[in-house]
Amino acid sequence: MAKQHITFTLNGQQLDALVEPRELLVHTIRETLHQTGTHIGCETSHCGVCTVDLDGVSVKACTLLSMQANGSEITTVEGLAGAEGLHAVQQAFIEEHGLQCGFCTPGMLVRAYRFLQENPNPTDEEIRWGMSGNLCRCTGYQNIIKAVHSAAQKLQQA
Amino acid sequence: MIPAGFEYHAATSVQDAIRLLAEHEDAKVLAGGHSLLPMMKLRFAEPAHLVDINGLGELKGIQLEGDTLRIGAMTTESELIASEVLQQHCPLLVEAARLVADPQVRNRGTLGGDVAHGDPGNDHPAVMLALDAEFLIEGPNGERSAPANGFFLGTYWTGLEEGELLTAIRIPVLQSGTGYGYNKLKRKTGDYATAGSPVVLSLDGDRCREIRIGLTNVAPMAIRAEPAEDLLRGQVITEALIEQAAEQVMAACDPAEDLRGDVEYKTHMAAEMARRSIRDALARARS
Repeated sequence: MAKQHITFTLNGQQLDALVEPRELLVHTIRETLHQTGTHIGCETSHCGVCTVDLDGVSVKACTLLSMQANGSEITTVEGLAGAEGLHAVQQAFIEEHGLQCGFCTPGMLVRAYRFLQENPNPTDEEIRWGMSGNLCRCTGYQNIIKAVHSAAQKLQQA
Repeated sequence: MIPAGFEYHAATSVQDAIRLLAEHEDAKVLAGGHSLLPMMKLRFAEPAHLVDINGLGELKGIQLEGDTLRIGAMTTESELIASEVLQQHCPLLVEAARLVADPQVRNRGTLGGDVAHGDPGNDHPAVMLALDAEFLIEGPNGERSAPANGFFLGTYWTGLEEGELLTAIRIPVLQSGTGYGYNKLKRKTGDYATAGSPVVLSLDGDRCREIRIGLTNVAPMAIRAEPAEDLLRGQVITEALIEQAAEQVMAACDPAEDLRGDVEYKTHMAAEMARRSIRDALARARS
């Protein structure tokens, strides 16, 4: 199966890549483009550590062919911080201790970043529902919910 | 985990997709991909060609046409949940979609894919049975339609013929005096149902005029518990009658034992989901 040429925008940068049709987006991002913030966990679209933002929606990059990302705009955890420093969700995860081992954190951050645009002022229950595609095996969910809540307040004030 | 090699084709129209399916032997349609790609990673499926229909805008969208809803097959679960037209005219579908998988998966997973895959664990087939939906199908011999009732033939086996594409789903809107219920037991977010039951019923005064009871994941395919429906149709539904119907639901079940439970447990849970859904539907039909 010959490799095929795709182009997409990753964290604001226009990129091309040669990919096999069977290649999964998470592998292209990590192994070809060396952006290793996006993690590989269960590889069965359950755990959410591979969550990236694709054309304005959260998706699991372990269950998407790279070919399907052709022409799209992708944001990974590396793209959240700006020139003025960490993104509000990143800062809130630090302040509220929203991570323990940190393995799930990139997926949590990228999902929280999109979720708070979908629902800028969520209740705790809505946060639980909106973040339900991301698992934390340290089970630090209480502080993750606090962090998303705190980020929502900061983003509302900004 | 990476799928085995295949050739990738991005279809540019429905006709193009049908041509690609006809030209290539051993081709599969790629919709949301959240059932097919995991199966391909495990080598449960090894198609030589994938025909990607994600670019086909003509297969998306929700329209109200008279008293029928027309939903494009590639409409995602998230789009179903966000639809005000559905919330108003077919809230059962919104409720069911909210219990499918998780937010990220719902952004990719489609109504058509869920229906056409033929997995007894998928949520929409039984919902389609309860809603008396109709499927619009295009293939090398043109267009046809098929009722949901009779479409689900077995595990990964539906009424779709080789080379055909499910393009849209037509659902009659719920009339006044009609109620619905949906109960799904699952172990955790993202899990398939241990047992699930969508119910739609309409009342004529106090009597049940029509009722459809769907069952999810308790047989080789989604089924309707028709003997239970027959027991309730034309009757004033009482708790005693619901109990008799629950017995009939259990008789209709033929679940496979797995980590979600043994045959007896799943059978009992199916009855409980049906009981709750009948009660919910009755309360809504009366209000």
